[in-house]
Amino acid sequence: MIAAGTPAPDFTLRNQDGEKVSLSDFRGRKVLLVFYPGDFSPVCGDQFSLYQEVKPEIAAKGVELVGISVDGFFAHKAFQEKLGIDTTLLSDFEPKGEVARAYGSYVESMGFANRTLVLVDEEGTVAWTYESPNPGEFPGANVIFDALA
Amino acid sequence: MSDLTSASVPPIGPDDHVRGEGEEGLIVYADLGCPRCAAAWAEIAARPGRVAFRHFPVASKHPRSPALHAAAEAAGAQGRFFEMVDSLYANRGHVDDPHLWERVERLGLDLERFERDRRSPHLATRVRRDFESGIRGGVAGTPALFDACTLVAVREREF
Repeated sequence: MIAAGTPAPDFTLRNQDGEKVSLSDFRGRKVLLVFYPGDFSPVCGDQFSLYQEVKPEIAAKGVELVGISVDGFFAHKAFQEKLGIDTTLLSDFEPKGEVARAYGSYVESMGFANRTLVLVDEEGTVAWTYESPNPGEFPGANVIFDALA
Repeated sequence: MSDLTSASVPPIGPDDHVRGEGEEGLIVYADLGCPRCAAAWAEIAARPGRVAFRHFPVASKHPRSPALHAAAEAAGAQGRFFEMVDSLYANRGHVDDPHLWERVERLGLDLERFERDRRSPHLATRVRRDFESGIRGGVAGTPALFDACTLVAVREREF
């Protein structure tokens, strides 16, 4: 995992609507990058559904929530609509997993990102990270609020 | 905005919905729209000792959940909380308003009061309070069971 205090590697990925989004677009705001294995897996659905319930509280802390997986953006769109969530989802599709690798989240043996959280501060520096023990577990929302406290 | 940082799940208290008797008690955070909770409920409800039900609706996943939790609270205001919960889990396919009204009639409740109560902000606050205590306690999926405020079981997940 990338260490706190490290400059967060910039990236440009497509969101669920096919629009290009760069990390530097968020400069001046905190961003919580939520790396996850894949759309439509049961655990990922639970994770984003849960975070959706406390998004107002996360936003009130000045934090933008952004999900990143290796899925294509069409899948992201369908996943968003299926879950009824409005979290921005970015496609780390090509080169596959490049951004997840840059953040130390990619699991080579599985071909997708582990479930990790990376908080990037307003200046673009990694402020905090969390790595799940395995892709089958996701951090509860309390873990996010502890980091933001 | 509420404080959602980590905190122990509160012990069973006088404000909780509790069924059964005994010193110890199981605390269940559950979503009334959740099929996993429905599948587990019969077994949970049959356990000896006290069971405290705490609301954990995940509306984005189960859009009907907030209405069902409100219905349970409204039934609870007339003393039939667990009867409504049992009924909602037993028949998940019939949870629209007319089905809720049928349940109200079957349980012998005052429908006008039920309709008024289930829309009250006070009741919504009550549901949210449970939800937030679950968030703070680390609930990340339902059903989540706590024994003496320690998480003992949550649905097994596979990626």
